[in-house]
Amino acid sequence: MDDPALRLGVEELHAAYADCIDDDRLEEWPDFFVENCRYLITSRDSHREGLRHGIIYCASRGMLADRVMALRRANIFEPHHYRHIVGPARIGRVEAGVAEARANFLAVRIMHDGDSQLFATGRYLDRIDIGELPFRFIERLVVLDSRKVDTLLVIPL
Amino acid sequence: MSVQDVDFTGGISWPSNGISEVPFRLYTDPAQYALEQERIFKGPTWNYLCLAGEIPEAGDWVATTIGEVAVIVARGADGAINAFVNRCAHRGNLLCLTNNGHGKEITCIYHGWSYDLEGHLTGVAFEKGVRREGGMPPEFHKDDHHLQRLRVGEIAGLVFATFSAEVEDVESYFGPLVVSGIRRVLNRPAQIIGRSTQVLPNNWKLYFENTKDTYHASILHAFLTTFRINRLSQPGSINIDESGGHHFSQAKLDYAAEDAEYKAAALRSDTDLKLQDNSVVESVDEYGDSVSVQILTAFPNLVLQQIRNTIAVRVLRPRGVDRSELDWVHLGFADDTPEMTERRLRQGNLVGPAGYIALEDGCVGGFVQRALHYNDDDSGVVMMGGHEAQSQAFRASEAAIRGFWKKYRALTGA
Repeated sequence: MDDPALRLGVEELHAAYADCIDDDRLEEWPDFFVENCRYLITSRDSHREGLRHGIIYCASRGMLADRVMALRRANIFEPHHYRHIVGPARIGRVEAGVAEARANFLAVRIMHDGDSQLFATGRYLDRIDIGELPFRFIERLVVLDSRKVDTLLVIPL
Repeated sequence: MSVQDVDFTGGISWPSNGISEVPFRLYTDPAQYALEQERIFKGPTWNYLCLAGEIPEAGDWVATTIGEVAVIVARGADGAINAFVNRCAHRGNLLCLTNNGHGKEITCIYHGWSYDLEGHLTGVAFEKGVRREGGMPPEFHKDDHHLQRLRVGEIAGLVFATFSAEVEDVESYFGPLVVSGIRRVLNRPAQIIGRSTQVLPNNWKLYFENTKDTYHASILHAFLTTFRINRLSQPGSINIDESGGHHFSQAKLDYAAEDAEYKAAALRSDTDLKLQDNSVVESVDEYGDSVSVQILTAFPNLVLQQIRNTIAVRVLRPRGVDRSELDWVHLGFADDTPEMTERRLRQGNLVGPAGYIALEDGCVGGFVQRALHYNDDDSGVVMMGGHEAQSQAFRASEAAIRGFWKKYRALTGA
Protein backbone atom coordinates (compact mmCIF):
# COMPACT_ATOMS: atom_id res chain seq x y z
CA MET A 1 0.00 0.00 0.00
CA ASP A 2 1.44 3.31 -1.07
CA ASP A 3 2.05 5.83 1.68
CA PRO A 4 0.94 9.28 0.40
CA ALA A 5 3.32 11.16 2.72
CA LEU A 6 6.25 9.07 1.51
CA ARG A 7 5.24 9.59 -2.11
CA LEU A 8 4.93 13.34 -1.62
CA GLY A 9 8.36 13.48 0.04
CA VAL A 10 10.04 11.53 -2.75
CA GLU A 11 8.30 13.53 -5.48
CA GLU A 12 9.33 16.76 -3.76
CA LEU A 13 12.95 15.55 -3.53
CA HIS A 14 13.00 14.64 -7.22
CA ALA A 15 11.44 17.94 -8.30
CA ALA A 16 13.59 20.10 -6.02
CA TYR A 17 16.75 18.32 -7.20
CA ALA A 18 15.95 19.04 -10.87
CA ASP A 19 15.04 22.66 -10.10
CA CYS A 20 18.31 23.16 -8.26
CA ILE A 21 20.36 22.05 -11.27
CA ASP A 22 18.24 23.76 -13.92
CA ASP A 23 18.20 27.02 -11.92
CA ASP A 24 22.01 26.91 -11.65
CA ARG A 25 21.97 26.76 -7.86
CA LEU A 26 24.62 24.06 -8.00
CA GLU A 27 26.19 25.08 -4.68
CA GLU A 28 23.02 23.65 -3.07
CA TRP A 29 23.23 20.41 -5.05
CA PRO A 30 25.36 18.47 -2.52
CA ASP A 31 22.73 19.17 0.17
CA PHE A 32 20.39 16.74 -1.55
CA PHE A 33 22.71 13.94 -0.43
CA VAL A 34 23.70 12.50 2.93
CA GLU A 35 27.36 12.87 3.90
CA ASN A 36 28.36 9.30 2.99
CA CYS A 37 26.59 9.17 -0.33
CA ARG A 38 27.14 7.64 -3.70
CA TYR A 39 26.42 9.46 -6.95
CA LEU A 40 27.19 7.62 -10.17
CA ILE A 41 26.48 8.49 -13.79
CA THR A 42 26.73 5.37 -15.91
CA SER A 43 25.14 3.88 -19.01
CA ARG A 44 22.48 1.23 -19.36
CA ASP A 45 25.04 -1.12 -20.96
CA SER A 46 27.63 -0.63 -18.24
CA HIS A 47 24.99 -0.97 -15.53
CA ARG A 48 23.76 -4.26 -17.01
CA GLU A 49 27.32 -5.58 -17.33
CA GLY A 50 28.08 -4.63 -13.73
CA LEU A 51 30.88 -2.25 -14.71
CA ARG A 52 31.42 0.12 -11.82
CA HIS A 53 33.50 2.82 -13.49
CA GLY A 54 31.25 5.80 -14.04
CA ILE A 55 31.22 8.90 -16.18
CA ILE A 56 31.02 10.72 -12.84
CA TYR A 57 31.52 8.89 -9.54
CA CYS A 58 31.26 10.68 -6.22
CA ALA A 59 31.52 8.77 -2.96
CA SER A 60 31.10 11.64 -0.51
CA ARG A 61 29.32 14.97 -0.25
CA GLY A 62 32.78 16.56 -0.45
CA MET A 63 33.33 15.01 -3.88
CA LEU A 64 30.02 16.51 -5.01
CA ALA A 65 31.06 19.94 -3.74
CA ASP A 66 34.40 19.57 -5.53
CA ARG A 67 32.56 18.93 -8.80
CA VAL A 68 30.74 22.24 -8.38
CA MET A 69 33.89 24.14 -7.36
CA ALA A 70 35.76 22.73 -10.37
CA LEU A 71 33.10 23.71 -12.88
CA ARG A 72 32.84 27.20 -11.37
CA ARG A 73 36.56 27.85 -11.02
CA ALA A 74 38.63 25.53 -13.19
CA ASN A 75 36.91 23.77 -16.05
CA ILE A 76 36.52 25.44 -19.41
CA PHE A 77 33.36 24.87 -21.45
CA GLU A 78 30.69 26.84 -23.28
CA PRO A 79 27.96 28.19 -21.01
CA HIS A 80 24.83 26.06 -21.08
CA HIS A 81 22.05 24.82 -18.87
CA TYR A 82 19.66 21.91 -18.73
CA ARG A 83 15.93 21.52 -18.55
CA HIS A 84 15.12 18.30 -16.73
CA ILE A 85 11.78 16.61 -17.22
CA VAL A 86 11.40 14.00 -14.51
CA GLY A 87 8.67 11.39 -14.70
CA PRO A 88 6.57 10.14 -11.81
CA ALA A 89 8.44 8.33 -9.05
CA ARG A 90 7.89 4.65 -8.47
CA ILE A 91 8.51 3.70 -4.88
CA GLY A 92 10.13 0.34 -4.29
CA ARG A 93 11.14 -1.37 -1.10
CA VAL A 94 10.93 0.64 2.12
CA GLU A 95 12.96 -0.66 5.03
CA ALA A 96 14.68 0.77 8.11
CA GLY A 97 14.19 4.38 7.12
CA VAL A 98 15.45 3.85 3.57
CA ALA A 99 13.20 3.93 0.50
CA GLU A 100 14.11 2.75 -2.95
CA ALA A 101 12.67 4.82 -5.77
CA ARG A 102 13.09 5.23 -9.49
CA ALA A 103 12.06 7.79 -12.06
CA ASN A 104 12.68 8.38 -15.74
CA PHE A 105 14.18 11.65 -16.88
CA LEU A 106 15.15 13.55 -19.94
CA ALA A 107 17.49 16.52 -20.01
CA VAL A 108 17.53 19.09 -22.79
CA ARG A 109 20.78 21.05 -23.11
CA ILE A 110 20.35 24.72 -23.99
CA MET A 111 23.57 26.30 -25.22
CA HIS A 112 24.39 29.97 -24.68
CA ASP A 113 23.63 30.70 -28.33
CA GLY A 114 20.14 29.24 -28.01
CA ASP A 115 20.74 25.85 -29.60
CA SER A 116 18.63 23.27 -27.79
CA GLN A 117 19.34 19.57 -28.03
CA LEU A 118 18.13 16.43 -26.33
CA PHE A 119 21.24 15.75 -24.27
CA ALA A 120 20.38 12.74 -22.15
CA THR A 121 17.59 10.36 -21.26
CA GLY A 122 17.69 7.72 -18.60
CA ARG A 123 16.53 6.54 -15.25
CA TYR A 124 17.31 7.57 -11.72
CA LEU A 125 17.73 4.63 -9.36
CA ASP A 126 17.65 6.01 -5.82
CA ARG A 127 18.09 4.93 -2.24
CA ILE A 128 16.64 7.68 -0.08
CA ASP A 129 17.02 8.45 3.61
CA ILE A 130 13.42 9.05 4.72
CA GLY A 131 14.25 9.23 8.44
CA GLU A 132 13.64 12.97 8.58
CA LEU A 133 12.56 15.80 6.31
CA PRO A 134 13.82 16.84 3.89
CA PHE A 135 14.55 13.43 2.42
CA ARG A 136 18.09 12.99 1.16
CA PHE A 137 19.77 10.65 -1.31
CA ILE A 138 21.97 7.94 0.11
CA GLU A 139 22.59 6.79 -3.43
CA ARG A 140 21.59 8.17 -6.79
CA LEU A 141 22.49 6.13 -9.86
CA VAL A 142 21.96 8.03 -13.09
CA VAL A 143 21.64 5.30 -15.70
CA LEU A 144 21.86 6.86 -19.15
CA ASP A 145 20.02 5.12 -21.97
CA SER A 146 22.88 5.77 -24.38
CA ARG A 147 26.60 5.26 -23.88
CA LYS A 148 27.28 8.29 -26.07
CA VAL A 149 27.84 11.70 -24.49
CA ASP A 150 27.90 14.67 -26.82
CA THR A 151 31.10 16.72 -26.41
CA LEU A 152 31.28 16.82 -22.62
CA LEU A 153 29.32 16.45 -19.41
CA VAL A 154 30.14 18.98 -16.71
CA ILE A 155 26.85 20.01 -15.09
CA PRO A 156 25.43 17.10 -13.10
CA LEU A 157 22.31 15.26 -14.23
CA MET B 1 28.08 16.56 -52.20
CA SER B 2 29.14 13.49 -50.26
CA VAL B 3 32.74 12.47 -49.81
CA GLN B 4 32.20 9.62 -52.25
CA ASP B 5 31.59 12.09 -55.07
CA VAL B 6 34.95 13.76 -54.66
CA ASP B 7 38.04 12.55 -56.47
CA PHE B 8 41.52 12.80 -55.06
CA THR B 9 42.95 15.17 -57.65
CA GLY B 10 43.60 18.72 -56.69
CA GLY B 11 44.88 18.09 -53.21
CA ILE B 12 45.90 20.51 -50.52
CA SER B 13 49.10 22.47 -50.93
CA TRP B 14 51.44 22.69 -47.97
CA PRO B 15 53.34 25.94 -47.39
CA SER B 16 56.65 24.09 -47.31
CA ASN B 17 58.21 20.66 -47.13
CA GLY B 18 58.43 21.11 -43.37
CA ILE B 19 56.14 19.73 -40.69
CA SER B 20 55.82 22.83 -38.53
CA GLU B 21 53.16 24.55 -40.66
CA VAL B 22 49.90 22.69 -41.21
CA PRO B 23 47.24 23.77 -43.76
CA PHE B 24 43.85 24.33 -42.12
CA ARG B 25 42.03 22.75 -45.05
CA LEU B 26 43.26 19.35 -43.90
CA TYR B 27 40.53 19.50 -41.25
CA THR B 28 37.70 20.66 -43.50
CA ASP B 29 38.12 19.14 -46.95
CA PRO B 30 35.83 16.18 -47.80
CA ALA B 31 38.24 14.99 -50.50
CA GLN B 32 41.08 14.88 -47.98
CA TYR B 33 38.85 12.91 -45.61
CA ALA B 34 38.14 10.33 -48.33
CA LEU B 35 41.85 10.16 -49.15
CA GLU B 36 42.65 9.45 -45.50
CA GLN B 37 40.25 6.51 -45.44
CA GLU B 38 42.14 4.89 -48.32
CA ARG B 39 45.73 5.89 -47.62
CA ILE B 40 45.75 5.88 -43.82
CA PHE B 41 43.06 3.67 -42.31
CA LYS B 42 43.01 1.14 -45.17
CA GLY B 43 46.65 1.82 -45.96
CA PRO B 44 49.92 0.54 -44.46
CA THR B 45 48.95 1.19 -40.82
CA TRP B 46 48.09 -1.04 -37.87
CA ASN B 47 44.72 -0.08 -36.35
CA TYR B 48 43.63 -0.99 -32.85
CA LEU B 49 40.59 -3.29 -32.80
CA CYS B 50 39.89 -4.53 -29.27
CA LEU B 51 41.40 -6.18 -26.23
CA ALA B 52 42.20 -9.87 -26.63
CA GLY B 53 40.36 -10.27 -23.33
CA GLU B 54 37.09 -9.16 -24.96
CA ILE B 55 37.07 -12.35 -27.05
CA PRO B 56 38.52 -14.93 -24.63
CA GLU B 57 36.78 -18.05 -25.99
CA ALA B 58 36.74 -19.65 -29.43
CA GLY B 59 33.60 -18.38 -31.17
CA ASP B 60 33.64 -14.95 -29.47
CA TRP B 61 33.48 -11.98 -31.81
CA VAL B 62 33.39 -8.19 -31.60
CA ALA B 63 32.17 -5.83 -34.31
CA THR B 64 34.18 -2.63 -34.64
CA THR B 65 35.50 -0.22 -37.27
CA ILE B 66 38.78 0.73 -38.91
CA GLY B 67 38.25 4.29 -40.05
CA GLU B 68 34.70 4.19 -41.40
CA VAL B 69 34.94 0.53 -42.43
CA ALA B 70 32.95 -2.08 -40.48
CA VAL B 71 35.18 -4.93 -39.27
CA ILE B 72 34.70 -8.13 -37.26
CA VAL B 73 37.30 -9.54 -34.86
CA ALA B 74 36.73 -13.18 -33.97
CA ARG B 75 38.52 -15.94 -32.12
CA GLY B 76 38.52 -19.00 -34.34
CA ALA B 77 38.17 -22.65 -33.41
CA ASP B 78 41.98 -22.93 -33.17
CA GLY B 79 42.13 -20.08 -30.65
CA ALA B 80 43.77 -17.63 -33.06
CA ILE B 81 42.31 -14.16 -33.54
CA ASN B 82 41.02 -13.33 -37.03
CA ALA B 83 39.74 -10.08 -38.48
CA PHE B 84 37.71 -9.52 -41.61
CA VAL B 85 35.44 -6.89 -43.07
CA ASN B 86 31.87 -6.97 -41.78
CA ARG B 87 30.42 -7.38 -45.26
CA CYS B 88 28.84 -10.44 -46.80
CA ALA B 89 30.61 -11.65 -49.95
CA HIS B 90 27.22 -12.18 -51.60
CA ARG B 91 25.46 -8.81 -51.78
CA GLY B 92 27.55 -6.78 -49.38
CA ASN B 93 25.17 -6.88 -46.43
CA LEU B 94 26.38 -6.08 -42.93
CA LEU B 95 26.95 -9.47 -41.29
CA CYS B 96 27.18 -8.67 -37.58
CA LEU B 97 24.54 -6.20 -36.46
CA THR B 98 25.39 -6.03 -32.76
CA ASN B 99 28.60 -5.08 -30.97
CA ASN B 100 29.55 -8.59 -29.93
CA GLY B 101 28.41 -12.17 -29.93
CA HIS B 102 29.38 -15.82 -29.87
CA GLY B 103 28.87 -18.72 -32.24
CA LYS B 104 30.51 -21.34 -34.43
CA GLU B 105 29.62 -19.41 -37.54
CA ILE B 106 28.30 -16.07 -38.69
CA THR B 107 25.23 -16.18 -40.92
CA CYS B 108 24.01 -13.33 -43.07
CA ILE B 109 20.41 -12.47 -42.29
CA TYR B 110 19.69 -11.47 -45.90
CA HIS B 111 20.16 -14.74 -47.86
CA GLY B 112 21.59 -17.07 -45.25
CA TRP B 113 25.19 -17.29 -46.42
CA SER B 114 27.29 -18.48 -43.50
CA TYR B 115 30.97 -18.17 -42.65
CA ASP B 116 33.23 -19.79 -40.09
CA LEU B 117 35.22 -17.57 -37.74
CA GLU B 118 38.21 -17.70 -40.07
CA GLY B 119 36.06 -15.98 -42.70
CA HIS B 120 35.59 -19.00 -44.99
CA LEU B 121 32.24 -19.29 -46.75
CA THR B 122 30.78 -22.55 -45.42
CA GLY B 123 27.16 -22.45 -46.47
CA VAL B 124 25.02 -20.96 -49.24
CA ALA B 125 21.28 -21.27 -48.78
CA PHE B 126 19.65 -23.23 -51.64
CA GLU B 127 23.07 -23.67 -53.30
CA LYS B 128 21.70 -26.61 -55.29
CA GLY B 129 18.40 -24.85 -55.94
CA VAL B 130 14.94 -25.96 -54.92
CA ARG B 131 13.67 -29.25 -56.39
CA ARG B 132 16.66 -29.18 -58.74
CA GLU B 133 15.60 -25.84 -60.15
CA GLY B 134 17.70 -22.71 -59.85
CA GLY B 135 20.70 -22.75 -57.55
CA MET B 136 24.26 -21.75 -58.22
CA PRO B 137 25.87 -22.63 -61.55
CA PRO B 138 28.62 -25.29 -61.52
CA GLU B 139 31.40 -22.72 -61.84
CA PHE B 140 30.47 -21.26 -58.45
CA HIS B 141 32.91 -22.38 -55.76
CA LYS B 142 32.51 -21.35 -52.15
CA ASP B 143 36.30 -21.15 -51.77
CA ASP B 144 36.31 -18.17 -54.14
CA HIS B 145 34.02 -16.14 -51.93
CA HIS B 146 35.56 -15.88 -48.48
CA LEU B 147 35.36 -12.65 -46.47
CA GLN B 148 38.04 -10.04 -47.01
CA ARG B 149 40.63 -10.91 -44.38
CA LEU B 150 42.89 -8.50 -42.53
CA ARG B 151 46.29 -9.21 -41.02
CA VAL B 152 46.17 -9.39 -37.22
CA GLY B 153 48.81 -8.64 -34.60
CA GLU B 154 48.79 -8.44 -30.81
CA ILE B 155 50.88 -6.53 -28.28
CA ALA B 156 50.32 -6.94 -24.55
CA GLY B 157 46.68 -7.93 -25.04
CA LEU B 158 45.91 -5.16 -27.54
CA VAL B 159 44.68 -6.52 -30.88
CA PHE B 160 45.58 -4.64 -34.06
CA ALA B 161 44.82 -5.27 -37.73
CA THR B 162 45.84 -3.93 -41.11
CA PHE B 163 44.39 -4.05 -44.62
CA SER B 164 47.94 -3.90 -45.96
CA ALA B 165 49.84 -6.96 -47.16
CA GLU B 166 53.04 -4.93 -47.35
CA VAL B 167 53.35 -3.13 -44.01
CA GLU B 168 55.88 -4.60 -41.57
CA ASP B 169 54.76 -6.69 -38.58
CA VAL B 170 52.94 -4.87 -35.81
CA GLU B 171 55.88 -4.58 -33.38
CA SER B 172 58.22 -3.25 -36.08
CA TYR B 173 55.49 -0.81 -37.16
CA PHE B 174 55.23 0.79 -33.73
CA GLY B 175 58.95 0.38 -33.02
CA PRO B 176 60.72 -0.83 -29.86
CA LEU B 177 60.44 2.49 -28.01
CA VAL B 178 56.65 2.81 -28.22
CA VAL B 179 56.14 -0.93 -27.75
CA SER B 180 58.09 -0.60 -24.48
CA GLY B 181 55.65 2.16 -23.48
CA ILE B 182 52.69 -0.15 -24.15
CA ARG B 183 54.26 -3.02 -22.22
CA ARG B 184 55.07 -0.74 -19.28
CA VAL B 185 51.37 0.10 -18.73
CA LEU B 186 49.87 -3.28 -19.66
CA ASN B 187 52.39 -5.30 -17.68
CA ARG B 188 49.81 -7.73 -16.25
CA PRO B 189 46.37 -9.10 -17.18
CA ALA B 190 43.94 -6.21 -17.56
CA GLN B 191 40.19 -6.20 -17.20
CA ILE B 192 37.57 -3.72 -18.32
CA ILE B 193 35.98 -1.71 -15.50
CA GLY B 194 34.01 0.83 -17.56
CA ARG B 195 33.13 2.17 -20.97
CA SER B 196 31.71 5.30 -22.50
CA THR B 197 31.73 7.10 -25.82
CA GLN B 198 32.41 10.79 -26.26
CA VAL B 199 31.08 12.36 -29.46
CA LEU B 200 33.56 14.98 -30.64
CA PRO B 201 32.35 17.80 -32.91
CA ASN B 202 35.60 17.89 -34.85
CA ASN B 203 37.84 16.23 -37.38
CA TRP B 204 39.63 13.15 -36.01
CA LYS B 205 43.07 14.68 -36.48
CA LEU B 206 42.33 17.53 -34.07
CA TYR B 207 41.83 15.02 -31.28
CA PHE B 208 44.82 12.87 -32.19
CA GLU B 209 47.02 15.97 -32.25
CA ASN B 210 45.59 17.06 -28.92
CA THR B 211 46.77 13.87 -27.25
CA LYS B 212 50.27 14.47 -28.65
CA ASP B 213 50.21 18.12 -27.53
CA THR B 214 52.11 18.45 -24.25
CA TYR B 215 52.08 22.26 -24.61
CA HIS B 216 48.35 22.71 -23.89
CA ALA B 217 48.05 20.35 -20.95
CA SER B 218 48.80 22.74 -18.10
CA ILE B 219 47.10 25.71 -19.83
CA LEU B 220 43.73 24.43 -21.05
CA HIS B 221 43.28 21.94 -18.23
CA ALA B 222 43.25 24.23 -15.21
CA PHE B 223 41.96 21.67 -12.73
CA LEU B 224 45.30 20.49 -11.43
CA THR B 225 46.86 23.94 -11.26
CA THR B 226 43.74 25.61 -9.80
CA PHE B 227 43.73 23.19 -6.91
CA ARG B 228 47.55 23.29 -6.75
CA ILE B 229 47.78 19.57 -7.21
CA ASN B 230 50.96 19.31 -9.20
CA ARG B 231 53.69 21.45 -10.62
CA LEU B 232 54.58 22.44 -14.14
CA SER B 233 58.19 21.72 -13.34
CA GLN B 234 57.60 17.99 -12.96
CA PRO B 235 60.34 16.21 -14.89
CA GLY B 236 59.14 14.60 -18.06
CA SER B 237 59.92 13.57 -21.59
CA ILE B 238 58.49 13.10 -25.06
CA ASN B 239 59.42 9.87 -26.80
CA ILE B 240 58.73 9.57 -30.52
CA ASP B 241 59.28 6.60 -32.82
CA GLU B 242 61.30 6.91 -36.03
CA SER B 243 58.24 7.25 -38.28
CA GLY B 244 56.94 10.09 -36.11
CA GLY B 245 53.41 8.68 -35.90
CA HIS B 246 53.63 7.04 -32.50
CA HIS B 247 54.78 8.53 -29.24
CA PHE B 248 54.49 8.59 -25.51
CA SER B 249 54.97 11.46 -23.13
CA GLN B 250 55.76 10.99 -19.48
CA ALA B 251 55.69 13.14 -16.36
CA LYS B 252 57.12 12.11 -13.04
CA LEU B 253 55.75 12.89 -9.61
CA ASP B 254 57.25 12.78 -6.15
CA TYR B 255 54.39 10.75 -4.66
CA ALA B 256 55.72 10.98 -1.08
CA ALA B 257 56.07 14.78 -1.20
CA GLU B 258 52.58 15.15 -2.59
CA ASP B 259 51.12 13.00 0.15
CA ALA B 260 52.91 15.12 2.80
CA GLU B 261 51.54 18.25 1.17
CA TYR B 262 47.94 17.02 1.36
CA LYS B 263 48.36 16.38 5.04
CA ALA B 264 49.79 19.86 5.56
CA ALA B 265 47.02 21.42 3.44
CA ALA B 266 44.34 19.65 5.45
CA LEU B 267 45.65 21.45 8.56
CA ARG B 268 45.68 24.87 6.95
CA SER B 269 42.79 27.11 7.81
CA ASP B 270 43.09 29.46 4.87
CA THR B 271 40.22 29.53 2.42
CA ASP B 272 42.43 28.93 -0.56
CA LEU B 273 40.98 26.78 -3.30
CA LYS B 274 41.38 23.21 -2.31
CA LEU B 275 39.52 19.98 -2.77
CA GLN B 276 37.23 18.87 0.04
CA ASP B 277 37.87 15.24 -0.85
CA ASN B 278 41.37 14.48 -2.12
CA SER B 279 40.56 10.88 -3.00
CA VAL B 280 40.08 11.93 -6.63
CA VAL B 281 43.86 12.41 -6.90
CA GLU B 282 45.23 10.23 -4.11
CA SER B 283 47.34 7.80 -6.05
CA VAL B 284 49.99 5.16 -5.54
CA ASP B 285 53.11 4.53 -7.59
CA GLU B 286 51.82 1.24 -8.98
CA TYR B 287 54.62 0.87 -11.54
CA GLY B 288 57.35 1.78 -9.07
CA ASP B 289 58.99 4.27 -11.46
CA SER B 290 57.49 7.59 -10.26
CA VAL B 291 55.80 8.13 -13.64
CA SER B 292 52.40 9.63 -12.81
CA VAL B 293 51.28 10.40 -16.35
CA GLN B 294 52.01 8.53 -19.54
CA ILE B 295 50.04 9.35 -22.67
CA LEU B 296 50.83 7.05 -25.58
CA THR B 297 49.55 7.32 -29.15
CA ALA B 298 49.64 4.54 -31.73
CA PHE B 299 48.93 5.94 -35.18
CA PRO B 300 46.23 6.23 -36.41
CA ASN B 301 43.52 5.36 -33.87
CA LEU B 302 44.75 4.43 -30.38
CA VAL B 303 45.60 6.33 -27.22
CA LEU B 304 46.79 4.34 -24.21
CA GLN B 305 46.62 6.37 -21.04
CA GLN B 306 48.00 6.15 -17.53
CA ILE B 307 47.03 9.20 -15.51
CA ARG B 308 47.99 8.31 -11.96
CA ASN B 309 46.02 5.09 -11.35
CA THR B 310 43.53 5.55 -14.17
CA ILE B 311 44.37 3.28 -17.06
CA ALA B 312 42.36 3.58 -20.26
CA VAL B 313 42.35 2.75 -23.90
CA ARG B 314 40.84 5.47 -26.06
CA VAL B 315 39.82 4.49 -29.57
CA LEU B 316 39.37 7.31 -32.07
CA ARG B 317 36.80 6.78 -34.81
CA PRO B 318 36.44 9.27 -37.66
CA ARG B 319 32.76 9.83 -38.44
CA GLY B 320 32.83 12.43 -41.18
CA VAL B 321 35.05 15.40 -41.86
CA ASP B 322 33.81 17.31 -38.80
CA ARG B 323 32.76 14.57 -36.39
CA SER B 324 34.53 11.83 -34.44
CA GLU B 325 33.73 9.35 -31.73
CA LEU B 326 36.07 8.54 -28.89
CA ASP B 327 35.50 5.22 -27.15
CA TRP B 328 36.83 5.16 -23.61
CA VAL B 329 37.65 1.72 -22.24
CA HIS B 330 38.67 1.98 -18.59
CA LEU B 331 40.93 -0.73 -17.25
CA GLY B 332 41.91 -2.30 -13.99
CA PHE B 333 44.03 -5.37 -13.44
CA ALA B 334 43.16 -8.89 -12.38
CA ASP B 335 45.31 -8.50 -9.26
CA ASP B 336 43.66 -5.27 -8.04
CA THR B 337 42.63 -5.26 -4.39
CA PRO B 338 39.19 -3.78 -3.54
CA GLU B 339 41.04 -0.66 -2.31
CA MET B 340 42.87 -0.35 -5.62
CA THR B 341 39.62 -0.71 -7.56
CA GLU B 342 37.98 2.01 -5.45
CA ARG B 343 41.03 4.23 -6.04
CA ARG B 344 40.71 3.76 -9.82
CA LEU B 345 36.96 4.50 -9.70
CA ARG B 346 37.47 7.74 -7.77
CA GLN B 347 40.37 8.91 -9.95
CA GLY B 348 38.13 8.06 -12.90
CA ASN B 349 36.64 11.53 -12.39
CA LEU B 350 39.82 12.92 -13.95
CA VAL B 351 39.16 11.36 -17.36
CA GLY B 352 36.36 10.51 -19.79
CA PRO B 353 33.58 12.75 -21.12
CA ALA B 354 33.14 14.35 -17.68
CA GLY B 355 36.79 14.19 -16.68
CA TYR B 356 38.25 17.09 -14.70
CA ILE B 357 41.33 17.05 -16.94
CA ALA B 358 39.75 15.56 -20.06
CA LEU B 359 36.39 17.24 -20.57
CA GLU B 360 37.95 20.31 -22.18
CA ASP B 361 39.47 18.12 -24.88
CA GLY B 362 35.91 17.29 -25.91
CA CYS B 363 35.07 20.89 -26.72
CA VAL B 364 38.34 22.49 -27.80
CA GLY B 365 38.53 20.55 -31.07
CA GLY B 366 35.01 21.72 -31.85
CA PHE B 367 36.06 25.34 -31.27
CA VAL B 368 38.88 24.92 -33.80
CA GLN B 369 36.51 23.23 -36.25
CA ARG B 370 34.03 26.12 -35.98
CA ALA B 371 36.75 28.73 -36.44
CA LEU B 372 37.92 26.98 -39.60
CA HIS B 373 34.42 26.83 -41.10
CA TYR B 374 34.71 28.45 -44.54
CA ASN B 375 37.78 30.17 -43.17
CA ASP B 376 40.52 27.67 -43.85
CA ASP B 377 42.94 29.29 -46.27
CA ASP B 378 45.89 29.63 -43.93
CA SER B 379 48.10 27.30 -41.97
CA GLY B 380 48.55 26.59 -38.28
CA VAL B 381 51.96 26.77 -36.64
CA VAL B 382 53.54 23.98 -34.58
CA MET B 383 57.05 25.26 -33.88
CA MET B 384 57.31 24.88 -30.11
CA GLY B 385 60.56 23.07 -29.44
CA GLY B 386 61.84 23.46 -33.00
CA HIS B 387 61.01 22.08 -36.42
CA GLU B 388 61.90 18.43 -36.04
CA ALA B 389 60.04 15.41 -34.67
CA GLN B 390 62.68 14.02 -32.35
CA SER B 391 62.30 12.71 -28.82
CA GLN B 392 62.92 15.42 -26.23
CA ALA B 393 63.67 15.50 -22.52
CA PHE B 394 61.21 18.36 -21.91
CA ARG B 395 57.52 18.89 -22.57
CA ALA B 396 57.23 22.55 -23.65
CA SER B 397 57.24 21.25 -27.18
CA GLU B 398 55.06 20.31 -30.12
CA ALA B 399 57.52 17.69 -31.37
CA ALA B 400 55.01 14.84 -31.18
CA ILE B 401 52.48 16.82 -33.26
CA ARG B 402 55.17 17.35 -35.88
CA GLY B 403 55.75 13.60 -35.73
CA PHE B 404 52.08 13.07 -36.58
CA TRP B 405 52.43 15.23 -39.68
CA LYS B 406 55.66 13.52 -40.68
CA LYS B 407 53.84 10.19 -40.73
CA TYR B 408 50.73 11.72 -42.29
CA ARG B 409 52.62 13.32 -45.16
CA ALA B 410 54.52 10.10 -45.87
CA LEU B 411 51.24 8.18 -46.11
CA THR B 412 49.20 10.70 -48.07
CA GLY B 413 51.98 11.66 -50.46
CA ALA B 414 51.50 15.32 -49.62
